[in-house]
Amino acid sequence: MIANYALAFLVGGAFCVIAQLLIDKTNMTPARILVLYVCSGVALTAIGLYEPLVDFAGSGATVPLTGFGYAIAKGVERAIDKSGALGIVTGGLSATAGGITVAICLGLIMSLIFSSKPKK
Amino acid sequence: MNKDEYKEYVKRRAKRSASPKNCGFAFLIGGAICTLGQALHDLYMHLGIHEQDASTLVSISLITLAGLLTGLGVFDKLAKIAGAGTLVPITGFANAVVSPAMDTKSEGYIFGVGAKVFTIAGPVILYGLFSGVIYGIIYFLWG
Repeated sequence: MIANYALAFLVGGAFCVIAQLLIDKTNMTPARILVLYVCSGVALTAIGLYEPLVDFAGSGATVPLTGFGYAIAKGVERAIDKSGALGIVTGGLSATAGGITVAICLGLIMSLIFSSKPKK
Repeated sequence: MNKDEYKEYVKRRAKRSASPKNCGFAFLIGGAICTLGQALHDLYMHLGIHEQDASTLVSISLITLAGLLTGLGVFDKLAKIAGAGTLVPITGFANAVVSPAMDTKSEGYIFGVGAKVFTIAGPVILYGLFSGVIYGIIYFLWG
């Protein structure tokens, strides 16, 4: 139990350190980092490396944005297993629908309630 | 100072410092967010929710939390210290959706909020799904 939390902490933290190094040492913007992480998540899942990491580190692997890529790749696999070729184009968005829908709806709600404060 | 010397000078000045402090904060705060995710995951599993649904609920919970904190102006303060520690977890995705939505309110709800929620989410979703389609084709043909 405690070991699970320690692994989630260590692996999740390590993903963040890699990104921090990319930000500090190269000119990569945060948006590029997010895109890189999602695509890496898909690629690492495709070659079979990411699923063992998820089994090992739990939320330490699923909460970073690479986990978003993992969810897309697994969603595609499941959809293809279930409905054949159609799954190629339905799996990715189905698997991530919850997160995307909540995020953009919350964006609207927050913009209705709050106004952004001037940046200092 | 000629042109080349100036270039060299700028390069030297612009060189980012090594960042043990930034990395430390990114590690601690990023790790803490993932640990919170693990705790939520265990809680949902304990409530009898199916593994895959529990993972989706963890994402939704962290997105909601990050969205609310962005609205309240707390997230930006935390992100200034945490750097990649709040960016890389799914909280960074939520912030990247909610923050431009609030900033562009004055441009209206169609081309302001409606379009700008996708400023960063759009590329992330596009390239993520595109990679997924490529993988899907490979998986379908040879999987």
